Amino acid sequence: MRNFLDFPAPPILPRQDDLRRDVRAFLADTLGPDYGANDRARSWNGYDPAFSRKLGQQGWLGMTWPETYGGKDRSPLDRYIVVEELLAAGAPVAAHWIADRQSGPLLLRYGTEKQRRDILPRIASGECYFCIGMSEAGSGSDLAATKTRARKDGSNWILKGTKIWTTYAQHAHYMIVFCRTGDTDDRHGGTSQLLVDLSTPGITISPILDLSGEHHLNEVQFDDVRLPASALIGQEGQGWNLVMGELAFERSGPDRFLSSFALLNDLIRVLGTAPDQSSVRAIGRMAAHLMVLRQMSRAVAGKLARDENPPLQATIVKDLGALLEQEIPEIARTLVPVEPIPGPKQDFAYALARTLMSAPSFSLRGGTREILRGIIARGLGLR
Amino acid sequence: MQEMVLDMGAKLFAEHADASFAAHPDDVTEGAVAWLAELWDQVEELGLPLALPTEVQGGFELPPTTALGLVRLAATQAIPLPLGETMIANWLLAHAGLPPAEGPASLALGPTLDGDRLTGTAARVAFGRHAQTVVLLVGDRLVRATGATVTDHSHNIAGEPRDTLEWTRAVETAPASVDEQTFRLLGATLRSQAIAGSLDAALSMTVAYANERQQFGRPIGRFQAIQQNMAVMATHVAAAGAAADMATDLLPDALVGTGAFSAAAMAAKIRTGEAAGTSAPIAHQTHGAIGYTSEYRLHPLTRRLWSWRDEWGREAEWSDALGKRVCTLGPDDFWPFLTRMGALA
Ligand SMILES: Cc1cc2nc3c(=O)[nH]c(=O)nc-3n(C[C@H](O)[C@H](O)[C@H](O)COP(=O)(O)OP(=O)(O)OC[C@H]3O[C@@H](n4cnc5c(N)ncnc54)[C@H](O)[C@@H]3O)c2cc1C
Repeated sequence: MRNFLDFPAPPILPRQDDLRRDVRAFLADTLGPDYGANDRARSWNGYDPAFSRKLGQQGWLGMTWPETYGGKDRSPLDRYIVVEELLAAGAPVAAHWIADRQSGPLLLRYGTEKQRRDILPRIASGECYFCIGMSEAGSGSDLAATKTRARKDGSNWILKGTKIWTTYAQHAHYMIVFCRTGDTDDRHGGTSQLLVDLSTPGITISPILDLSGEHHLNEVQFDDVRLPASALIGQEGQGWNLVMGELAFERSGPDRFLSSFALLNDLIRVLGTAPDQSSVRAIGRMAAHLMVLRQMSRAVAGKLARDENPPLQATIVKDLGALLEQEIPEIARTLVPVEPIPGPKQDFAYALARTLMSAPSFSLRGGTREILRGIIARGLGLR
Repeated sequence: MQEMVLDMGAKLFAEHADASFAAHPDDVTEGAVAWLAELWDQVEELGLPLALPTEVQGGFELPPTTALGLVRLAATQAIPLPLGETMIANWLLAHAGLPPAEGPASLALGPTLDGDRLTGTAARVAFGRHAQTVVLLVGDRLVRATGATVTDHSHNIAGEPRDTLEWTRAVETAPASVDEQTFRLLGATLRSQAIAGSLDAALSMTVAYANERQQFGRPIGRFQAIQQNMAVMATHVAAAGAAADMATDLLPDALVGTGAFSAAAMAAKIRTGEAAGTSAPIAHQTHGAIGYTSEYRLHPLTRRLWSWRDEWGREAEWSDALGKRVCTLGPDDFWPFLTRMGALA
């Protein structure tokens, strides 16, 4: 019943040390010495197309995909190294992140040949960005309650509805929209995923500022948007399966436990080499948690490399990861008597402020804590 | 092969689950569990004590996670035997060029060495009264001692013997390939694996109980509050298992001493200890009053969890040690330190 509690260590592949060294050298060179804790703490929100293009030139985007589609045929374990190095360095990865992590893999698996040929090479070169069209005002955790609907008109789709909380819709080229295409009663079977070019007429993108005043969230309205038949991803009625597959990608990576890493690293800097015992103890404990989470997350990557889809393991890593991510700023403020200051970019105070203000989102985005735990409980055979 | 060994172990320990439970005295504060002589004989016949040494050394050269996987499996049935201690004792002896242990063995620190004699006592030696051989680290010497005298019979709250020993006979010694911290971390890794096993069993029991126990006309496992708690427990059980294996995978490094094993073993003991402290209360809470009785079989698991997390260094001690290492390395080497671990496994 419980294989999903196993996290076997993945193999070490040849040349992985070289890859890691190359990524570190690239990051040191590209980010430069002035890239401080304040920048690092923004990693995910760091939108920088020039940086994304440079990653593409290195061959580090879409790197697990076949060469025909701009990929490099590398193992998911190699990709894991690139991704964790980017996050640990707090590199500005927001532009390409969703495309590389989940939209590209979805198209590779379910897209038409034309969708793959048109889009995947552009993602891999760091030029084409995606956003996620799942949530709606009335449909958050209960994703199957989605109301946005696409109806057929001849060979076209006509899309109507409003998506919300769409990260970086304002910069993205495409959205993958989860919507109804069939009977409203058929909660799962009546849904599909559509590939929507955001330059299509009839789409209105409005900003929603987060609690710190930053603009990354959006509301996206589709007002009878006319889409070609070729917008459909996979089969009509397959939307639920596709969206679940996407969530497995979204939940599995090291982005699910490294969100506060920049602050932890800066905390170690501020404490110095010989801090008092309570500080040493807290650092040791957090290091232990990180080491174990990284081991678990690498195990998930190892399963992906064997073409297994480990959704339950990914859910466990995300739940534990969010706890640690949210604990780090709380512990940091008990060890260093500095107030979080959002204004001047003083390193530690600013990184603390950033991380504190991001922390609530860690257990919401990609599935709330309660929903994840419901999934785990089902995996255990409860209900 | 590895699956076969683990299947065989699981079957053997399951067959002795009743005997293990019956070995507990009624009042655990009064005495220790009885010795399971028949099971130990079978363990020896199967050669399990020699799981780790190489074939050249006369062992079976099982991968560390398979060998210590047996320790984890034994813990799922609360088997009261020093299986892990004997495996590690024989592994250390083999690498030091000393003969393997006679009978059940244990690991200890404490006495000093004067020529071929030990002076002073070793406290809280696991199953000390039953250990025919004790492997000690004294300074930079590995010591193989037999014929101990038990000066104090004690036990942990699970009833496992934790005795004070001294020796009058001559002992054999050889240069040791581990330092004191690493020696203690080998003990800690045994406990990490055992905690992982005990947690695994406690989770299975608790899930089964939640699906079976009915209140308000339905199984309590249908209530969301119970489900959320069980999910929390499952995440800790998963983390404990991963943590224990992370350290165990690096066991060969303990003899080389790059620091990778010791860091992983510290992290593992910290993480499994924390998992024990979070999970045991959930298991008990879910079971209600029945789980609080001596006749119900949850306590052999949870009492072991409460004991083992404090043995061979508790969370606080290893957090201090790991934190010191991290702070000494400083911020620029923190991430490289974390990734070096995986590069060695
Ligand atoms: C920073 C950020 C970025 C995001 N980016 C995107 C994006 O790019 N694209 C996108 O589509 N969405 C995005 N989201 C939306 C995110 O997926 C949703 O916030 C999430 O799914 C929860 O939905 P909700 O906010 O409507 O909360 P609700 O679903 O209304 O939940 C509110 C509370 O009720 C609890 N709850 C709900 N149902 C249950 C239940 N059955 N049992 C117990 N408790 C329950 C929840 O756990 C939560 O605590 C983003 C969110 C954030 C915070």
